[in-house]
Amino acid sequence: MIPAYLLLLLPLLGIVYFGLLGHKEDVGRQNIRFNGVTLFLSLWLAVNVFNSGSLISAGDYFIVDSFNVYLIVLTAFVGFTTSIFSAPYMAHEQEIGKLTVNRLRLYYSMYQGFMFAMYLVLTTNNMGIMWVAMEAATLATVLLVSLYRTPESIEAAWKYFILCGVGIAQALFGTILLYYAAIQISDVDNALTWSVLYENAKLLDPEILEIAFVFMLIGYGTKIGLVPLHNWLPDAHSEGPTPMSAVLSGLLLNDALYAVVRNKMLVDGATDSHIAGYLMMGFGLLSFLVAAFFLHRQKDIKRLFSYSSIEHMGLMTFAFGIGTPFATFAALLHMTVHSLTKSAIFVTVGHAAQISGTQSIEKIRGLIKTQPQVGWGLLIGTLAIAGFPPFGVFASEFLVLLATMQSYPWLTPFLLLGIGIACAGLFRNVQPMVYGEKPEGQQAVQANLWPVMIHLAIVLWLGLAMPDFLADWFTQATILISGSAPL
Amino acid sequence: MEIENLDHYSQVILSLAALVTLTSFIMLAQGRLLRLVFVFALQGFMLVSATAIAAYSFDNPHLYISAAITLALKVLFIPWMLRRHILKLNMHRDVEALSNKTAIMMGGASLVVFSYYVLHPIMQNSSMILLNALSLSLAVILLGMLLMISHHQAIAHVVGFMSIENGLFFAATVSTNGMPMVVELGVAFDVLVAAVLFGIFFLHISSSIDSLDVDKMNRLNEVDQ
Repeated sequence: MIPAYLLLLLPLLGIVYFGLLGHKEDVGRQNIRFNGVTLFLSLWLAVNVFNSGSLISAGDYFIVDSFNVYLIVLTAFVGFTTSIFSAPYMAHEQEIGKLTVNRLRLYYSMYQGFMFAMYLVLTTNNMGIMWVAMEAATLATVLLVSLYRTPESIEAAWKYFILCGVGIAQALFGTILLYYAAIQISDVDNALTWSVLYENAKLLDPEILEIAFVFMLIGYGTKIGLVPLHNWLPDAHSEGPTPMSAVLSGLLLNDALYAVVRNKMLVDGATDSHIAGYLMMGFGLLSFLVAAFFLHRQKDIKRLFSYSSIEHMGLMTFAFGIGTPFATFAALLHMTVHSLTKSAIFVTVGHAAQISGTQSIEKIRGLIKTQPQVGWGLLIGTLAIAGFPPFGVFASEFLVLLATMQSYPWLTPFLLLGIGIACAGLFRNVQPMVYGEKPEGQQAVQANLWPVMIHLAIVLWLGLAMPDFLADWFTQATILISGSAPL
Repeated sequence: MEIENLDHYSQVILSLAALVTLTSFIMLAQGRLLRLVFVFALQGFMLVSATAIAAYSFDNPHLYISAAITLALKVLFIPWMLRRHILKLNMHRDVEALSNKTAIMMGGASLVVFSYYVLHPIMQNSSMILLNALSLSLAVILLGMLLMISHHQAIAHVVGFMSIENGLFFAATVSTNGMPMVVELGVAFDVLVAAVLFGIFFLHISSSIDSLDVDKMNRLNEVDQ
């Protein structure tokens, strides 16, 4: 458990460190170092879990099993690569006068605060603390959304704050109901401990748990960005600094989904009705389809890709909702490849916006001619996220389709329709930005595209040949969530 | 079961549950911000009394701690902060014109019925106090949302947000004698940070749109211009 403790401690130190010394010159580099060390710690933790199975800390406070350890590694990895991107990006924003030193200090301090909240959501074994950490993640990022202090960004941050705050309050009501059901069967001290509840799930009152799950799904679903609770998401993504969009899309949404799945495991243990699954399928499919249509009417490049995030989160929620081992495996894989691809896309989008000095799709033109790396990065990233073979998103979407055909064949046309519409929606917007004539006077900017290349290379690798240890890992997580192996 | 046959604790808690819901209704129809904040503080005070009585009846020391935290946060700090902002932004003379008060109150009443409808099936086997108190706290949560929908001032939204928290806190106190201490502390910390952030946002919003009317923040939407 030692790496897990260190993993939580380091970002906490980071909050204080950047709060005090965030005005120094090489602050971006320090942020990379902090995130690099947490990445190392997360790998250390993963090796421990790989060798000795699930770990539960003394006093049952933290749990690390095959399900959350891979999300921890993913969180640390995306956090690390985004910090590499954010260092020159934020320095550039400061140079052109969009940010002051103090706001940069706030940014780096809250970057670590957000990472801390994410690790706490993932490692905690207490459903109440999970809620507290989820709310803390909102609080840490809300000032970052309004970092530029434009009227739009303040509006976006206010919307984000109010909608997510009210939404997640529903999840707390669900947690209270869960606690009420739990104290009927266990003693008060560990009545919210997930591992204890999971072992005794059969004894929990199914009716209370079903109602509790409705509240949890609405609460955490607001954070996942499920339609019709998604309104905050495109605004917060488009108005905040781009590194924030990358971590919000790549990490926050995943971790909210993680919270829902943990709760679903409890509800499924208590009832035989599969109601949790149906609810998730319904919300997931609705989000998937609505977001696919909305892709067609976007004028802002970051809003475009945030609707694409809603679409993919919907697909994952749908797949977890089906709940067969096959579908769960597909959803886990999709979580990984979506995080990697989407954060890579936001990195290139950030550079594209800096090159043309605007986020308006109509004004971004000729990226390949101006700066080929950025143009190709955006094009390949879009190919990957739209689900073209041979990228990993194709593999996972294909698996979701197969799983749907297996269990609910009549839903397959909806999925195919959604994928087709989303693909068209993305390309009608991306194509003119990437090709097209270069506007006069458009200059290349200093860009570090290593994170993009690494992310896309991993996604490509996952699509071509998934390494054995990763497949084992997903299989173990699948067994944990759905009860049996996928194949 | 007649209410006279219940023990004193249940009688007090049931009365307080009714009063907390009543304050939610008063807030719903309140157009003056200072009074709104005052009623909110009153609601907080009722919560504190309910928690202290529960702590006394069950001899549960940790409920005293949460009662003290609630007193400090919801009765003193947050109302004080909101009051200060209202006076500073010179909004204490404004009366918000609420459109269609009757419909809002009727909507509020139906939300209470709805809360009973949702929780009745799972609570019918438990005690009367639990069914009533839990349904009313769900009603307070929903009324808080209605408050946010019907009012346009950012300060009223914060009051709504915090009264949702009140409803949650009341639910936790009466149904389970409070959440585990560590969770309760965490929630209190989140509420405190949220309150401070709201204060920061009031300044940002008023300097950006020159008022706190959130209806004027309508730049971001999917509607064609």
